[in-house]
Amino acid sequence: MTKHKPPTAVGMAVRTAVILFVFVIVFTGLLAGAYLWTKPALEASAAEEKMKLIDEVLPRTAYDNELLKDTVALPASPLLGSEEETVAYRARKGGQPVALVLEAVAPDGYAGKIRLIMAVNFDGSIAGVRVTQHKETPGLGDYIEPRKDKNKERPWITQFNGYGYASTTDKEWKVKKDGGHFDSVAGATVTPRAVIKAVRKATKYVAENQTQLYAAK
Amino acid sequence: MIEREEFRSIAHNGIWKQNTSLIQILGLCPLLAVTTNMVNGVMLSLATIIVMALANVAVASLRNFIPHEIRIPVFILIVAALVTVVDLLFNANLHELYLVLGIFIPLIVTNCIVLARVEAFAAKNPPLQSTLDGIFMGVGMLWTLAVLGGLRELIGAGTLFSGIDLVFPSLQPLQLLPADYPGLLLAILPPGAFILLGCMIAWKNWIEARATTRQEKVAVKALATGN
Repeated sequence: MTKHKPPTAVGMAVRTAVILFVFVIVFTGLLAGAYLWTKPALEASAAEEKMKLIDEVLPRTAYDNELLKDTVALPASPLLGSEEETVAYRARKGGQPVALVLEAVAPDGYAGKIRLIMAVNFDGSIAGVRVTQHKETPGLGDYIEPRKDKNKERPWITQFNGYGYASTTDKEWKVKKDGGHFDSVAGATVTPRAVIKAVRKATKYVAENQTQLYAAK
Repeated sequence: MIEREEFRSIAHNGIWKQNTSLIQILGLCPLLAVTTNMVNGVMLSLATIIVMALANVAVASLRNFIPHEIRIPVFILIVAALVTVVDLLFNANLHELYLVLGIFIPLIVTNCIVLARVEAFAAKNPPLQSTLDGIFMGVGMLWTLAVLGGLRELIGAGTLFSGIDLVFPSLQPLQLLPADYPGLLLAILPPGAFILLGCMIAWKNWIEARATTRQEKVAVKALATGN
């Protein structure tokens, strides 16, 4: 039988540190492995998701080019609410410009940023708007998402369709409560105000830059 | 294997006696945020069951290698890594299910229920018992959140099972109160969750207290007749 020496404080500390280090290595390895293994599948479903999203704002019959490849980079702009470069997709039919699909951010939602995707027709009118990301109160401000909207026939977010920057005034482009044109649900007006403002600014951006955007390589 | 009596005790602990929401009062943050309707509450609980079972079995299997002094950082490491792996695998392989359940998984990483069960149970018990503990703690959470979510939804909006069409596209939510029911905003907002959770805790305590007084009465009677 061997007699164990009582461990020294330094010995204990080193032993504990080594064990913790081994655990960190093993589990970081596990994470890295899972990440690399699932990466191709995740990227594929992200692209598919993107197409599905674009389908909601712009029907596939409207254009005949390969939308995900006909892109133009938009620099960060306060009108888009973007803090870094975003990508816009240009829809064309028979070579003629049809619509621009772009992302916009409403920075002043009730609970942080609300991210939007929208399609603006060549004539300046809105083809469709969808919310892609938000943290608005569930059951209250989340009616900006059509699938959470109780009004299934005419979801709130579709009321922008057909309106354009040039054909309306700033005054009309507000919730009814503020003397404007758009509906809102009582008790949750911060959310629609933010979305309405962001859509207005984004259409302004397109109206101002349309020619360059379609011409850019 | 496991004895019947032990199984019963673990199940009873998880579902009623040590109910995470009503007795341990853990994980309130996701509870408040998510139980605006019944379907969300159930979905969060299902995701929690999966994560808790996995975290418990992992910690229980490794428990003899984890020095006591650094157990908490190691537990956090194990739980966070496992949850992230589950999240990635779900997203890659079961994408449809992920769309429904996935948003709840990150909510669980920071959930103290998982760490609490790992520390209180899995660190001291074998893997099988620990898995069962994780599952039944989750089941306890499931019924509590289902009731809480159902109540909030019913009082707040007059509906039940709203959002079920996201899980089963063929099903429709029920409109229980008349369609012109104005709704009670308080029930949907976080204070409503606190109030209703408080009511549920009071209800559970009332049942327990009644059971205790009954037992005492029986005991007193037995004593009296015995004399």
